[in-house]
Amino acid sequence: MSNVQIMTGNTAAAFGAKLCRVQVVSAYPITPQTSLTENLSQAVEGGELKAEFIRVESEHSALTVCISASSVGARVFTSTSSHGLLYMHEQLHWAAGSRLPIVLCCVNRGVGAPWSIFNDQQDAVSQRDTGWIQIYCRDNQEIIDTVIQAYRIAEALYVPVMVCYDGFVLSHTMMPVDVPDAAAVDDFLPPYKPHTILSPEDPRNINPVIFPWRRPDAEGVLRDGYMELRYKLQDTLEEAGKTIVSVGEAFAGIFGRNHGGMLWTYRMEDAEIVLCSMGSLATEATTAADMLRDRGIAAGVAGIRVFRPFPRKEVREVFRRARAIVVFEKDISYGYEGALCSDLKAAFYRSDVAAPIHNVIAGLGGRDVKARELAEATVAALDIIEAGQADEKRQTWLNCHTGN
Amino acid sequence: MIERLFKVNTEEYMLPGNRACQGCGLSLAYRYALKALRENTILTIPASCLTVLHGLYPTTSVAIPCLNCTFASTAASASGIVAGLSALNRSGITVVAVAGDGGTYDIGIQALSGAAERGTDFIFVCYDNEGYMNTGTQRSSATPMGALTTTTPLLTKQQNKKDMLKIMEAHDLPYLATTSPSYPIDLYDKFVKAKRIKGSRYLQISAPCPPGWGYPPKDTVKIGRLAVETGMVVLCEIEDGKFRLTGRSRSLAERGNRLPVSNYVERQGRFRKISEEQLSNLQRWVDNKWNEYLRRAEGS
Repeated sequence: MSNVQIMTGNTAAAFGAKLCRVQVVSAYPITPQTSLTENLSQAVEGGELKAEFIRVESEHSALTVCISASSVGARVFTSTSSHGLLYMHEQLHWAAGSRLPIVLCCVNRGVGAPWSIFNDQQDAVSQRDTGWIQIYCRDNQEIIDTVIQAYRIAEALYVPVMVCYDGFVLSHTMMPVDVPDAAAVDDFLPPYKPHTILSPEDPRNINPVIFPWRRPDAEGVLRDGYMELRYKLQDTLEEAGKTIVSVGEAFAGIFGRNHGGMLWTYRMEDAEIVLCSMGSLATEATTAADMLRDRGIAAGVAGIRVFRPFPRKEVREVFRRARAIVVFEKDISYGYEGALCSDLKAAFYRSDVAAPIHNVIAGLGGRDVKARELAEATVAALDIIEAGQADEKRQTWLNCHTGN
Repeated sequence: MIERLFKVNTEEYMLPGNRACQGCGLSLAYRYALKALRENTILTIPASCLTVLHGLYPTTSVAIPCLNCTFASTAASASGIVAGLSALNRSGITVVAVAGDGGTYDIGIQALSGAAERGTDFIFVCYDNEGYMNTGTQRSSATPMGALTTTTPLLTKQQNKKDMLKIMEAHDLPYLATTSPSYPIDLYDKFVKAKRIKGSRYLQISAPCPPGWGYPPKDTVKIGRLAVETGMVVLCEIEDGKFRLTGRSRSLAERGNRLPVSNYVERQGRFRKISEEQLSNLQRWVDNKWNEYLRRAEGS
């Protein structure tokens, strides 16, 4: 029954969008996302996908088209990378504030200046506070499956979902991918039925100016002010984990693959040293954990799949027995530390997890990261931790000539 | 004229009690524009005076559905509505984007050019009150030479107004027109015509603004008329590339009785610091434009 094909991450994402029968696609070319957009253009022009493809003049307009098309009730898709995502920044907020179930593939790439076309996760991580759900994929199978799951999550919660995967490392690397059966996807993901649409039959003024306080409508019913709307978005995101997990389980029930809900683990049963990361770097960390085990270090990996909402409850459970934690990430919150490291530390506050944590910044702007180097960096981090310097010592910049 | 007024749709889509300023030129124009567009219309508007006119959540003064969008995105927002409706096989709905001069000439020009180049089936309406009036009268590229704004507070604007009509005409649109609330039947007719045409249509409304331009609210119609009678605003339409003067501008051209720009300038506080040199520059700029329009009108 399986239909395994060899394909790149971008092709997998395009397959996912096609299987979801997206009705409006809008995108603007940017490396390394481009081949995904090309693939969907081909599908629309060739009649394989019945959708409107709007070839806009910028990423700002690409997401705008998705916002408006979603507002009239269409299932929409866009994708971008790096500066394209940053150019969408205003519209990312607008999409989440509008509570629209848009799915966006972010093919992760570094951010200028200076220009880099190569992979890191600074683009998506720097957009974590825009109100989107962010899911980081570790391989091409997870990309296709996550795009399909993303629509079901987004349409259940009225929250947009960003499916993130590493540029080149996944987007341009061929891997075997089991392509889900179209009819089974139709059952899993029925057509989008929005609760409200913009239509002349029911004239409304959507997203006008709203005051800080609540105001009565024409019938005298008190309606939300700005803060109530913001609370509702936050409340939905705080509770979104349940939906994300149950959608993953429902998907596994039909297609036989569960990518782990909020996070996944590798050799964690008896792990004392936990390597934590997101996306393909986390996959690399599993090989590093094997190498460390060969050297007698009881290492395991926790891969953060969903970065927003942050899996606070899950990390507290998974890291409970950790003796030391090393967080590898392809982003930096300048002037502090990696964003994942900060968020993890915050999640552990006043919990059972009291293990020292060291942060390793790796692979920025596409600098190569080998599993062996992750293993070595873990050993070096353990030295820092054992010397009691985990708290005062700055992050390690892997393979970076820092002069230290 | 009285006979022609009878044909105007008697339905009102702008409800009483909107939040526009007293004597707002946009408010007058919008009422007639919506009458011409009628029910099967979806609007999209960016941050602007019109957002204020449409009202505060959860009430609105406009009985036509409207999607608010960000400042730079108006025409792309219209593209998305058109695409969504098409994907859902919904036909017979006119999609209309309405932005101010800031949202058209300045921050909105990229999305507008993109949507126009794609031939998006929509009407883009620019109501041009010649500045960022919603934020309190700052300079835009539509502000005329010699006008005081809060960002040209001492020296006045040093440059002439951008010719947006020409820029839009360069997109080979099927229909473009300029209008003024002081000539509501001319405006109504152009909106009716625009609604019937397919493709990207561009309509510009010259919208006098009492607080921004510095004249009493009761004089809005008079100021709008003077703008046309002095040639500061020219009423025209370009249909499939064919240029035509319309209404008062056409009669001015026929009779040759265009007034000097000073008649328009002297009634507005925003021009109180205009220099003699700027005024003659402004007159020359208007003369050149007018002569170009006359040549085009004769050639057609």
